[in-house]
Amino acid sequence: MNQVELINVSKSFDKQQDILNDINLSIKKGEFFVLVGPSGSGKSTLLRMIAGLEDITDGIIKINERAVNHLPPKDRNLSMVFQNYALYPHLTVEQNILFGLRAKKVNKQEQQKRLNETCQMMEISNLLKRKPKELSGGQRQRVALARSVVSEAPLCLMDEPLSNLDAKLRAHMRIEIKRLQKRLGLTMIYVTHDQVEAMTMGDRIMVLNNGRIQQVGDPITLYNKPANLFVASFIGSPKMNMGKAVFSDQHLIIEDDLHLPKESIKSAMISETKNITVGIRAEHILPAEDSGVTHELTVVNVEQLGNETLISFEIGKELWTAKWLGQWNVHTGDKLPVHISADNISFFDSNSGRLLEASSTEKEEVLAI
Amino acid sequence: MKIPLRRKVIFYILLVVSAFLVFAPALIAFMMSFMTNQDIMSGKLIPTTITFDNYLAVFERFPLLNYLLNSFIVSIVIMIGQLMLSSLAAYAFVFMEFKGRNFLFFVFISTMMVPFEASVIPNFQTIRDLNLIDSYAGLTLPYFAMAFGTFLLRQNFKQIPKELKEASEIAGMGHFKFYLSVVLPMAKTSLITLGVYGFLTSWNMYLWPLLATTNDSVRTVQIGLKQLQTQEQLNEWGVIMAGGIIVVIPTLILLFLGQKRLQQGLAEGAIK
Repeated sequence: MNQVELINVSKSFDKQQDILNDINLSIKKGEFFVLVGPSGSGKSTLLRMIAGLEDITDGIIKINERAVNHLPPKDRNLSMVFQNYALYPHLTVEQNILFGLRAKKVNKQEQQKRLNETCQMMEISNLLKRKPKELSGGQRQRVALARSVVSEAPLCLMDEPLSNLDAKLRAHMRIEIKRLQKRLGLTMIYVTHDQVEAMTMGDRIMVLNNGRIQQVGDPITLYNKPANLFVASFIGSPKMNMGKAVFSDQHLIIEDDLHLPKESIKSAMISETKNITVGIRAEHILPAEDSGVTHELTVVNVEQLGNETLISFEIGKELWTAKWLGQWNVHTGDKLPVHISADNISFFDSNSGRLLEASSTEKEEVLAI
Repeated sequence: MKIPLRRKVIFYILLVVSAFLVFAPALIAFMMSFMTNQDIMSGKLIPTTITFDNYLAVFERFPLLNYLLNSFIVSIVIMIGQLMLSSLAAYAFVFMEFKGRNFLFFVFISTMMVPFEASVIPNFQTIRDLNLIDSYAGLTLPYFAMAFGTFLLRQNFKQIPKELKEASEIAGMGHFKFYLSVVLPMAKTSLITLGVYGFLTSWNMYLWPLLATTNDSVRTVQIGLKQLQTQEQLNEWGVIMAGGIIVVIPTLILLFLGQKRLQQGLAEGAIK
């Protein structure tokens, strides 16, 4: 069953350029759906349109199979968590959490029951009498979540709720929010600019850029088969290594620097396309030990992360990064033998940006247990 | 910054002298209110004998309590009226979106440039035509709408994050409830400032109560004081001064209590 459905939705401010264009989307019940994109891509606007805080210029938004274009936010049966938490500074935590229930005139016993349950779940029972300014960032975040949970609305919208927290707490809250969503069976629409958050939390992800949908899919699909150059460079960290490529008689030449034998590329469609951009993930530039040396590259930078090593090479004008597991004793200026296989290269049309051929993932098919 | 001692001494002497100059009328009035007529006429500054006769006289010979009560009622009604109208207007200017909102606000603000004296005649005609001469309503109504108060509160309301409004919209809270349960409590300081300011201004007003009243029934204390002066053939200055001191007391109390908040609130509006 589709909880939320968007049909040809678009938005423009002051009759100017469109902020959002032709958005078609359906979100299933109980799904954790992430809207991700760089700032200014229109993701927050889209969320606010679903919430009813922003008008819809064109198209239809349906919640529970019912068009809600002109329904005020309170009748859409949803809850929302804001980036700055939007806690009322003059009310205590308890009053903040119960604020919505009081507005809806839920009876006192029911209020107390839900308050107790929620506070136990969020572990904030000891904070009830405090004011928001006496709380830490993480505690405020919990209160904001509790306020949303206590409403028992089946649809929950979140607008970059973790961006004000430090990195450690953010990682922790990611897991908590995801667990909470599964436990309560909420349908979640979650806006973020952080692709790590999107990848780790989302059941499905929609990548948005300049008001247009770039791709919708589950995290692994987005990673392995990015629909275009934008998605390829946006999803994944470090980002996918890109380079312009041309075909010569025998070789595929990347950035006038790397040569790959033509025979290894199977698809005929690729060789017909004039302007090609190739992309390869950092983990696919392998140390050449057992699989044979294909190239020798000069190291321009090394980042030691402890469990893995990021090594940068200069390929023509581009800077490529390889991610090698473990600790490698490599120094800037070294010539490193590496193994790059054509199988791991994705091909894009430079003009349209579209994916021509994804890297074949057969060899390292997503492991199933 | 460290000021050399000599300059510091000069500064303080100048400050003390000017403080005396500024405060002299009030000081003299205070002294005179405890003097006998004889002392006053001989032009003394410090009473030879302290007497409370003047204070007794002002209450006995003159309906001072009645005037004080009128002033209280008028000032409090004006204060409440101003707080209500200003905060509602400011709310609309901040939280409701409508066409020409900014233009309307500038028109609203520009009325601050018209002094009340300039509109006193049309106001008088309106009140007279409504048969409100000699009534509390006539005394207070023209002061309810206040551009300054709306301006002050609008600046204050603007600091309330937009997300709070949106959160309450999602919670299903209407404009009025949001205004009552979120906006007003959050703007408490500014409201107190505005209340004190409104009370003091109306307590001290003179021209309008003079025009809008024809008898003693609703007349305010400031007019009453003036009458003390003219009723007698030979002015009894001691009595007049005693009346003056009594009238100043509520103002002083309010100032002492509200000084900090007043400064805070006015500065808040000024910065942003």
